[in-house]
Amino acid sequence: MPQYLIAIQHPEDYDPSLEGEAMIRDIAALNEEMDAAGARFFAGGLESARHARSLRKQPGGGVSITDGPYLEAKEHVGGFWILDCADLDEALAWGRKAVVACRVPVEVRAFLRIRPKRESPGRGGSA
Amino acid sequence: MSGVHETIEAVWRIEATRLIAAIARVVRDVGLAEELAQEALVTALEVWPEEGIPDRPGAWLMTAAKRRAIDALRRGRMLERKHVELGLELERQQERLGDALDHALDEVIDDDVLRLVFTACHPVLPVEGRIALTLRLIGGLTTAEIARAFLVPEKTLGQRISRAKKTLAEAHVPFETPRGDELNRRVESVLTVVYIIFNEGYTATAGEEWMRTALSEEALRLGRILRRLLPGESEVHALIALMELQASRSAARRGPDGEAVLLPDQDRSLWDRAQIQRGFAALERAQRLGGGARPYALQASIAACHMRARTAEETDWGRIVLLYDALLQVLPSPVVALNRAVAVGMAWGPAAGLDELDAATALAGESATASYHLFPSVRGDFLRKLGRLSEARDEIRRALAMTKNLRERELLEKRLRQWEKATPSA
Amino acid sequence: MPQYLVAGYLPDDFDPSQMDEAVGREIHALNEEMIAAGVRKFACGLGAAKSLRPQSDGGVLVTDGPYLETKEHIGGFWILECADMDEAVAWARKGVAATRGQVEIREIFFVPTPE
Repeated sequence: MPQYLIAIQHPEDYDPSLEGEAMIRDIAALNEEMDAAGARFFAGGLESARHARSLRKQPGGGVSITDGPYLEAKEHVGGFWILDCADLDEALAWGRKAVVACRVPVEVRAFLRIRPKRESPGRGGSA
Repeated sequence: MSGVHETIEAVWRIEATRLIAAIARVVRDVGLAEELAQEALVTALEVWPEEGIPDRPGAWLMTAAKRRAIDALRRGRMLERKHVELGLELERQQERLGDALDHALDEVIDDDVLRLVFTACHPVLPVEGRIALTLRLIGGLTTAEIARAFLVPEKTLGQRISRAKKTLAEAHVPFETPRGDELNRRVESVLTVVYIIFNEGYTATAGEEWMRTALSEEALRLGRILRRLLPGESEVHALIALMELQASRSAARRGPDGEAVLLPDQDRSLWDRAQIQRGFAALERAQRLGGGARPYALQASIAACHMRARTAEETDWGRIVLLYDALLQVLPSPVVALNRAVAVGMAWGPAAGLDELDAATALAGESATASYHLFPSVRGDFLRKLGRLSEARDEIRRALAMTKNLRERELLEKRLRQWEKATPSA
Repeated sequence: MPQYLVAGYLPDDFDPSQMDEAVGREIHALNEEMIAAGVRKFACGLGAAKSLRPQSDGGVLVTDGPYLETKEHIGGFWILECADMDEAVAWARKGVAATRGQVEIREIFFVPTPE
């Protein structure tokens, strides 16, 4: 079954501790509903983007590590669900519920389904 | 962007089960609950394209269903089914029904969905009725989708569903979860339905389609729903394990031209590792719950043996024979005996396998094995390995006469052609 | 054990079918390594996005394309279960090397149900 990512978009300075009780209840109910429908594979709320670390490949080789999110944007992914859905329409139907429960925009994306390439019978040996 | 109807269908797919369970909780009649929910969907299909999808589609559908329910009550549709106390005057009844339905969706709990599952899979129904109702009520599939999946006309499927609902009503099947010994038997019936749905998708019994992935995936989803409803039931976890492990081979079961590729010839790098991990985890859960020797757990253990082998040659056939021995104890059937004979043949050579197969055939009786093409097909394989080529070809011809599945026929015909070219040499 | 999201960023016009075979092999090898180490809970590459925005009238607007208007987007991610941020950073370094890309780590501070 295809899997979809539903990512919640939060403003940069979003503070989860200020979430209202009604909203927390709505999100908990949505989680329950996804689970009961056999759709939820994984879900997580993210620590705010301020606490992110970013790793950048340096032109001359090596990796630089900085505090803060990678993208310089006003909003960041604040949490997500990974759902097993029959198709994109079903993922979008869950996405609608996520928008309503979380009171913020969400982004829905399908996971790429790349299968390993078939090895031709004669091949093999050195990689 | 998908059309508004696809959007509504998707919303329906995720709302239907809870909605039907909630209505059934109040009206205590699954057939009626399904009808009311369907009528609500029809209303949604009229209104939503104009007004947009509501924020709380479940609550919206429930309000629509409530109107229909009160309508039905007024027209006496419910009185004849004796759902409402006869003593109350109609107005009071309407009010009570309306209130109950208003609250039903907030109160719907897993138990209601479980009751729905047990009702849909009730033994009073023929198996095909159980399958159709389960997909309709718990899978949220439309009649057209189910009909397409099972390659039957939509009308036939519609009749199947209405007959099933009528049977439930006539038999006064209560909307409840069975207890005690009855519970075990009924869980078994539910698992059988789910596994049939899975297999129907995994190996189509007729027609061109080798796999109808959607049905297998639906079965897996049903399995996950059951796992939540019956977390302590080891066989639920075991069935999930079995389905995950089998489904993980999907990509390897078809060759470049869509032809069937059997287990020993599969490119194991095409197996879905993540799904195998899910399968192993579910099997471990079943075993931890003490159900390691029950039928689905043993079948999953056998599948796991195959998945652990990096190459076909590495397969631990000795262990597989032992697992089949255990499976024969709890699930004695000609097919299990056949599979055991295959394992014996792999573990100890074709002569031993042939002996086992003939013994199994004798034990089961000709009639039990006469309609299953794998008996002659496996026998033919043993005979070929023993160098008895003309007997081997006769068996394959017998097998060909028994299967309608195009992919399986291709496989048998290919084998026959290869063996006809080969010169008899032991 | 804490869980971390290790997300890889890709340019907007990235075409997975054009990906270098060597890169594919290295990412595959890294995944194998994570599995062997028992840290990998999930991994994936992402496809095209759709965005859903709440409207002032209470409805939901669905549009094609990613939500943020930036030149790069998350192209895939790992969910890792490891001892601490340092370990997550160590894995992420390998992620940078394998994908030749940019990577961000975020701690997952809330998982709805105990697994």
